[in-house]
Amino acid sequence: MASTEIMTVNMGPQHPSTHGVLRLVIELDGEVIQKITPHIGFLHRGIEKLSEHRTYHQIIPLTDRLDYLAPMSNNLGYVLAVEKLLGITVPERAETIRVILAELTRVKSHLVWLACHALDIGAMTVFIYAFREREKVMELYEKLSGARMTSNYFRVGGLSSELYDGFEKDVREILDTFPAYFDTYEGLLTKNTIWLQRTIGNGFISAEDAVDAGITGPALRGSGVDWDMRRDNPYSGYEKYKFVVPVGEKCDTFDRYKVRLVEMRESIKIIGQAMAALKPGPILADVPQVCYPPKDSVYNTIEGLIHHFKIASEGFPAPEGEVYQAVEAPKGELGYYLVSEGGNMPYRMRIRPPSFCNLSAIEKMAKGGMIADLVAVIGTLDIVLGDIDR
Amino acid sequence: MEYEILGLPVWYYIAMVAKVLVVFVWVLLTVAYATYAERKIIGHMQVRLGPMRTGWHGLLQPIADGLKLFFKEEIIPSEASTFAFLVAPLIALVPAFISFAVIPFGSTLTFGEYKIPLQIAAYADKAGSIIDVNVGVLYILALSSLGVYGIVLAGWSSNSKYSLLGGLRASAQMISYELAAGLALITVFMVSGTLSLQKIVADQAGFGWYAWRNPFLFAAFIIFFICSLAEINRTPFDLPEAETELVSGFCTEYSSMKYAMFFMAEYANMITVCAMTVTLFLGGWHGPFTDAMPILSPFYFIAKVYTLIFTCMWIRATYPRYRYDQLMGLGWKFFLPITLVLIVGNAFWINVVGAGNWLGTLFA
Repeated sequence: MASTEIMTVNMGPQHPSTHGVLRLVIELDGEVIQKITPHIGFLHRGIEKLSEHRTYHQIIPLTDRLDYLAPMSNNLGYVLAVEKLLGITVPERAETIRVILAELTRVKSHLVWLACHALDIGAMTVFIYAFREREKVMELYEKLSGARMTSNYFRVGGLSSELYDGFEKDVREILDTFPAYFDTYEGLLTKNTIWLQRTIGNGFISAEDAVDAGITGPALRGSGVDWDMRRDNPYSGYEKYKFVVPVGEKCDTFDRYKVRLVEMRESIKIIGQAMAALKPGPILADVPQVCYPPKDSVYNTIEGLIHHFKIASEGFPAPEGEVYQAVEAPKGELGYYLVSEGGNMPYRMRIRPPSFCNLSAIEKMAKGGMIADLVAVIGTLDIVLGDIDR
Repeated sequence: MEYEILGLPVWYYIAMVAKVLVVFVWVLLTVAYATYAERKIIGHMQVRLGPMRTGWHGLLQPIADGLKLFFKEEIIPSEASTFAFLVAPLIALVPAFISFAVIPFGSTLTFGEYKIPLQIAAYADKAGSIIDVNVGVLYILALSSLGVYGIVLAGWSSNSKYSLLGGLRASAQMISYELAAGLALITVFMVSGTLSLQKIVADQAGFGWYAWRNPFLFAAFIIFFICSLAEINRTPFDLPEAETELVSGFCTEYSSMKYAMFFMAEYANMITVCAMTVTLFLGGWHGPFTDAMPILSPFYFIAKVYTLIFTCMWIRATYPRYRYDQLMGLGWKFFLPITLVLIVGNAFWINVVGAGNWLGTLFA
């Protein structure tokens, strides 16, 4: 017997497939992985701490930067938490628009996942195709909020502004064209022998292990656990929409891939239903202490200007209490835990990021595999470092 | 007054040098523009444009790339084994180029009483019969094996773990696929009865291309082409430099012209492999009217080679990458047994139907 030696390889923080600045210290026996130690924190910006010194409205732009691939979902979770704390009901139109945007965000985030996952496994073309489609959603974002990624569009009590003219046409175009694009991706990957060989059986994690590790989102559903916050703990009016929650069986990368592809198609359906349900109405709750006044009155009346200034500068006081609000972000359960002592800033805000918990299972999923398997596992977990490090 | 050197007219030596120059320049140009073509072709397959800024539609891009790499700083890692580190790119590059010495890229040109076969390592003797390297195929196989040393040495001498893994992958992969590729070639030798590439091409005249002499040879053609892709580290077998896993693998630590040499070697290898596939399976330079106008033959050869190169690029745009163990499994458990079956099947076919161009006789 030849004697072998364990080789320690440092993967990241600058490595093309660690999806940002994740650093993994891998112990290798040949190419077989014996141990993985993730080192995180390279993108830590102290968002939770910063939030303790920001008014409730000033925190919204910070949440954009958590999972920067899905800013609207982050906004949604946060504003829902604050609204829960304040006991505000949001007008129906605002709720519906939030659902449309959250689902568009899900599609956008999943497109990046598909692109990077495919590129990690070597399918370069899918990468470019998926980014081409993502661009359509980004353009819509830009028209809507002025920013392609850090949208900062939701407000406590509703939305920052009314939809732009032609929003419906843009969304309709996405709804009409995207299913065909999804077919293209599936044509390139789902029946591709090499893709199947690379993904089937890769990154196995059983349902029990997945629950134990705190995995949520598509990665959990790929392991056969039927759990989706939108259906099982509805918020923002999700109970009104009909959609299927896809569930995998084999607990491997291929099932998680299928789950996400079906989710994108279901998101398109939800957007269609929400567009049909979209009715004219107010986009902000009628709670003057909390919500910004309409821009019209800010620009034209002194009362409106003073009202705006008061809310923008000193914010609004929230009642004492603690709330937890979770949403089904594209990557999994994104939770905000707010503790208020009655001031205009939270005493503490704790974010439960989906990527952080999903990453914790990486050793279980990739141990015993090869480096190529590890790369596929990182892709299938769909981690974003902004979300992990906060 | 005729000058003779070693019993051959001096014109033959001039022709030889001319052939070397023409082929070398052609390979160099093809290498340069294969990089451009790859970026353009894959670009258009991926709904983008590829290089557009340097010259008309980016036509000067290869020159710009070359210049840029030429002026880059040479970096040698302090812990690297300097000699091996410097020699490795040369070992990778040289065999890729000198393989072309034995590939017949055209038919025989006749100038008055002189005959010039369009193959570097060949000449016509006084009786007019063409003499070339009689072990041409073995020569190419030997050289392509040599190229592996360049990559292994590069991976080992860089003293980087990623490079080492890349080098190990390369050696394992190239050795395994050489076996299957070599066995697939045996089916050709069974029909041709010779290792001389000149004779192999001559035997495929009149659309009697080996690829469709019989079903076994066709299968051997496919397998040889796939194994060749693996041998030259093209997608889906580009494991040694898997960018998303090993961050360019064996050439991670290389910069400047040394990196350019690996890059050129990769493309030169691709051209060699495609040229060899064309020569062995797709009739070499044969095509319509080559008997009447031998000058056409190099163009047929080039067209066929470029078609195969295009196929390589097409494959790269389409397929994901294999995993290391799957790649080895594919080579040893699938291609190797199949080529053995092909050899036996081919033997039966030759005995029962014959080695001749039966398709041709069918249509004649």
